[in-house]
Amino acid sequence: MIPAQFDYLAPTSVEDALAALAEHGDDAKIIAGGQSLLPVLRMRLNAPEMVIDLGRIESLRGVRDDGDAIVIGAMTPHAVVGADPLVAEHAAVISRAVEHLADAQIRHRGTFGGALAHADPAGDLGAPALALGAEFVIQGPGGTRRVAADDFFVDLFETAIGEDEILTEVRIPKHTGWGAHYEKFVRVAHQWPIVAVAATVRVDGGTIAEARIGLTNMGSTPLRARGVEEALAGQPATEDAVRAAAARATEGTNPPSDLNGDADYRRHLATVITRRAVLAAAGG
Amino acid sequence: MTRISLTVDGARVSDDVEPRLLLVQYLRERLGKTGTVIGCDTSNCGACTVHLNGTSVKSCNVLAVQADGAEVTTIEGLATNGQLHPVQEAFRECHGLQCGFCTPGMIMQSVDLLNNNPKPTEEEIRLGLEGNLCRCTGYHNIVRAVQQASGQGAPA
Repeated sequence: MIPAQFDYLAPTSVEDALAALAEHGDDAKIIAGGQSLLPVLRMRLNAPEMVIDLGRIESLRGVRDDGDAIVIGAMTPHAVVGADPLVAEHAAVISRAVEHLADAQIRHRGTFGGALAHADPAGDLGAPALALGAEFVIQGPGGTRRVAADDFFVDLFETAIGEDEILTEVRIPKHTGWGAHYEKFVRVAHQWPIVAVAATVRVDGGTIAEARIGLTNMGSTPLRARGVEEALAGQPATEDAVRAAAARATEGTNPPSDLNGDADYRRHLATVITRRAVLAAAGG
Repeated sequence: MTRISLTVDGARVSDDVEPRLLLVQYLRERLGKTGTVIGCDTSNCGACTVHLNGTSVKSCNVLAVQADGAEVTTIEGLATNGQLHPVQEAFRECHGLQCGFCTPGMIMQSVDLLNNNPKPTEEEIRLGLEGNLCRCTGYHNIVRAVQQASGQGAPA
């Protein structure tokens, strides 16, 4: 399968990329690592006239410490994020989610920002980003703005990034010392999760002081399980207490029905996977 | 057309290509590197795996223009002076193939895996090869081959 014809630009600065985007408007599509876009182009589900490649913009790569937050450049490959010591120390639930994202080849090529901007509700990074209260830094012709994770995911494959804007980096408030786990339910290797749960908890003397929970593939966007978070606060990190709190994982969800399972099946899974994720996060 | 220059299996190459040309097509159709095969064409099977600047990628999921300036190693560039790469040798020794179609990708991904983790456990090998499918389901001997190549003596 061969994509339809397109023109191609590989700017070396964000400013040049924004200029290209302004010039080509609706006809243009941004390519980051391309691991989701290229299959779409090959199947001709999308046929942009211009593809603007961010791969030559060095300033968009890397992870840095910025006081209360760590900052992940949008074009940082998954494999780099997964191996990064700052991420492991301050945002461990991202490390856990990246570990089993797609497969090794795709983790080498796919990027942190690309996956988030693609906003596939079955993608593995939205739930951790929500759970950690990430801020999305978006640059456009008018300058730079920050969008909270709660406002970033708008709908299926739709984010707050405007057509003339580019996601440049993601700021993650430090959750140093928090336990973390990403529990993913799949039937076969290298598949999108049927349901997955990102859990990060601050445990204090056997008690869950605070919990942050994100759900993957339980609606048209990744979702924050605030009911579970409330129910966990102050509870002992025991199987029974976590099971009771995890029952609230279905609140506010609207999971899809497809060949992998119907909505009720996913709701049930969400409670089970949430319990497992929280217990694993609290235990280690 | 876009001009690209890159190094493939140690040789400098330069060509005018359509931006939509996939790296795997460039390797096979322009350079005649048919050792790299197209399996699924949907970026699932990993048969087309090559190394791009030292790490494994699925070459059906990279544009040739994205490889401009890069160093690419294919299965054809692994052997040196007629001597098989240790991973190739181990696949031969352990019969790590049946029909052989997945083999170029399996070997390229195994080399990448061992570059990152020279002594992987069996589970780490299976996870590391998660993006490579063998439709003969000959996975056991593939895993043994990687164990042998890592100097961990494959169990019989």
